[in-house]
Amino acid sequence: MITRFLLQNMDKRGGIFLAILLGLAVLVPLSNLFLPASSPFHVPTSTMSLWGKYLCYALLAVSLDLVWGYCGILSLGHGAFFALGGYAMGLYLMRQIGSRGVYGNPILPDFMVFLNWQELPWYWWGFSSFPFAMLMVLAVPGLLAFVFGWFAFRSRVTGVYLSIITQALTYALLLAFFRNDMGFGGNNGLTDFKDILGFNIQAQTTRAALFSMTCVMLAAGFLIARGIVVSKLGKVVIAIRDAESRTRFLGYRVDRFKLFVFTVSACMAGVAGALYVPQVGIINPSEFAPANSIETVIWVAVGGRGSLVGAALGAVVVNWAKTVFTSGFMAPYWLFALGGLFVVVTLFLPKGILGTAEALWARRRKSAPTPAAEPAPAE
Amino acid sequence: MRTGSMPILHRLKHGLVILVALVAASVASFAQTADEAFTRLAADSYSDTSRAIELLVSTAHPNAALIVEALSDGRLLSGPGGVAVKTSSGAFVDARTGQPLAVAPEGLKAVRLNNAVRRAVQAALGGLGLLNPDPAKRTAAAEAVFKSRDAGLLPIVETAIGKEADPRALAALRQAQAAILIAKPDAQPLDRLAAIEVLHERGDQDALATLRALPGDATPALKEAQAKAITAIEGRLKLWAVAQNLWYGLSLGSVLLLAAIGLAITFGVMGVINMAHGEMVMLGAYTTFVVQELIRTNAPWLFDWSLAIALPAAFIVAGAIGIAIERGVIRFLYGRPLETLLATWGISLILQQAVRTAFGPTNREVGAPSFMSGAFELGGLAITYNRLWIIVFAALVFAALLAILKLTPMGLQMRAVTQNRRMASAMGIRTGRIDALTFGLGSGVAGLAGVALSQIDNVSPNLGQSYIIDSFMVVVFGGVGNLWGTLVGAMTLGVANKLLEPYAGAVLGKIALLVCIILFIQKRPRGLFALKGRAVEA
Repeated sequence: MITRFLLQNMDKRGGIFLAILLGLAVLVPLSNLFLPASSPFHVPTSTMSLWGKYLCYALLAVSLDLVWGYCGILSLGHGAFFALGGYAMGLYLMRQIGSRGVYGNPILPDFMVFLNWQELPWYWWGFSSFPFAMLMVLAVPGLLAFVFGWFAFRSRVTGVYLSIITQALTYALLLAFFRNDMGFGGNNGLTDFKDILGFNIQAQTTRAALFSMTCVMLAAGFLIARGIVVSKLGKVVIAIRDAESRTRFLGYRVDRFKLFVFTVSACMAGVAGALYVPQVGIINPSEFAPANSIETVIWVAVGGRGSLVGAALGAVVVNWAKTVFTSGFMAPYWLFALGGLFVVVTLFLPKGILGTAEALWARRRKSAPTPAAEPAPAE
Repeated sequence: MRTGSMPILHRLKHGLVILVALVAASVASFAQTADEAFTRLAADSYSDTSRAIELLVSTAHPNAALIVEALSDGRLLSGPGGVAVKTSSGAFVDARTGQPLAVAPEGLKAVRLNNAVRRAVQAALGGLGLLNPDPAKRTAAAEAVFKSRDAGLLPIVETAIGKEADPRALAALRQAQAAILIAKPDAQPLDRLAAIEVLHERGDQDALATLRALPGDATPALKEAQAKAITAIEGRLKLWAVAQNLWYGLSLGSVLLLAAIGLAITFGVMGVINMAHGEMVMLGAYTTFVVQELIRTNAPWLFDWSLAIALPAAFIVAGAIGIAIERGVIRFLYGRPLETLLATWGISLILQQAVRTAFGPTNREVGAPSFMSGAFELGGLAITYNRLWIIVFAALVFAALLAILKLTPMGLQMRAVTQNRRMASAMGIRTGRIDALTFGLGSGVAGLAGVALSQIDNVSPNLGQSYIIDSFMVVVFGGVGNLWGTLVGAMTLGVANKLLEPYAGAVLGKIALLVCIILFIQKRPRGLFALKGRAVEA
């Protein structure tokens, strides 16, 4: 039944996307582990980690697209859920260090020893257990989203007001996590991880496994989001996006639908963060920066708002471009390019690259229905 | 000698010597004391030198200042032939008469100093200041004595009080006397009671510290008076501290008002969230920098006017860029507020990077004209001129905007568009033109804010970013389309922030405030002064 829920009405585009993801999940680690470095098909570990990072961003973008593209809630604070999930994972990884820290304290992480803390704060309890940590990865962002959304949607805070208070939310968390007293490593955040589930986090095999896991989770996130969107519930959600008042007048409890979608989306963002942290090896408060959350919005906009594949694609494309731009002589111009992207996409590509490409393809097929036409770049 | 009792004994001796000397001076002949002083100086032993200085000062010898200053500079020469001062120009003066000496006296050596003598010299200089002809210098000297509580200076202080005519100097002298009496071990209880009263009246941190210096063996009545005075002063200081925080809050509020008011106009009239607003502020600050650089290189005498020149320049620069943004980007996005938000965010990134490329990523130095530097005290408040001027400036900008909105045709049209865009358009208002002008006005005001902020903040490409979230908070808190809402919002947030700070710390206070605003928005989703009517659903 669940499979049917997830796979109902799977279109060609979604199918290709899933196939590519699963292909990546299998082929990239195989190539990385078993092909010799000289082979043209060998994927270096650094590239694999980099793309793993992109895919985490893609999952974040999918989660944001679920609320923005389908429910019309422009959250400028989704980075907060991402970072909270990351911190939950970070706490687990910190506890796995054990006595291998610089100060060799078996219980306390280095920064607590440094700050003369005597015992582990209560909110660190349980994080040495992986299942508990994973539960928290979902629960902490989900709970925050639930409470925040419950207040906000019930009192009908909409539009830019909602955007601004989500921004205030992530800004408040940014300030809070910068404080040393919070017990989350302050400015430096959590880093120097050693093990995950008993495997060395730096090992090539672990990195390959993390990459596969990210692909699988992105696929799962995509399927869940799609399942929601194409279901009857999804129809109401889209109706809310297009005409909130009318939907309310038709008798739907708009706030509950919004709350559901918002909470699910926050959990997905949390998972993305949790996958991100072991691959980049650090989590610090700058992940809460409002600018990060706004950048996530542009990934979705570039890829195509209201298209889950588009959101994932946008995240990968923009971040890939960022890597290319910021590593070369063009580094000073990256912000020009990013800023220009915001302007150009909102002005000229309101449906993003995927939507625009599809529109072009449709027009071409209509004007020249010959078999010579190229297939649309559906990736 | 036991080291513990030494200072008291020393002071006792010190004071007694002067008392004796004073009595001697009044009863016996003045010249005799002076003779003794000069003999002691000629002997050139450390203790004799110290004693001599005390004698000279306490008798207010006409050349005392000359001698003591010379001594501290090592220009006092003595020997069997007498005592002479070598002036800074190299000539010699007889220390006793003050008459120039034609021939350099022979066999004179510089009077030597050790730390004890230096202390005596310092105390003597303080005492001599009390007799300075300039009342301001006398007040300063009395203040120094108040802090040092040197019992040896009590006789001079009392002499000075007897002669004093200037009320401020007199008050300072009385406080100095009180401070000495509090600390002096052998002071009379009645004198001390009066002293406590004087300190109570003074009522600042220093008075508190002085009161606490009352020796532990004082009588119970004295202790009670002391405790009473301390409580009273502490209460008063706490009140002043609250007042000071209120002042800081007003100052922060006016900064927020300046930063947010332009945003409120564009948001109110056009329903557009301008994420590039902070960059307009930044451009205003950089305009100030450029204007100052031009003035520095071309017309340094104009420097005090640099801010006045920068104001219109910043308004024009930011306003022109604002109009360009509106015409180039925003007008294509009307009715899509979320897209506008993203596009203006992109513009803000471009502007930041443009400024970074043009001026470099580091902070730029913007100078303060002379009328904006410095501070003054008002009661227990420390008020810096730059903060004061910014409050005044914010009030002026607010009044000007209010006047534009209420009194000019453009303001009328702006209000009409705010309330009902389509109806305004039907009445013949060119809404497109009003939009562009509104955006230009809002951006120009941001530029003005930048001129003011350049005086209190770092002028860097990130300047705007640090204000944008606070500005949003002000606008959503105050409500849209009403300048008074922005005023109330800015002042409330500013004052609340500064009043929370002492209890919660700067960061926690700010977090608490953000949470409060998030909760407040739940209660009043359209802010404090919400617009009523059709515009609400637009």
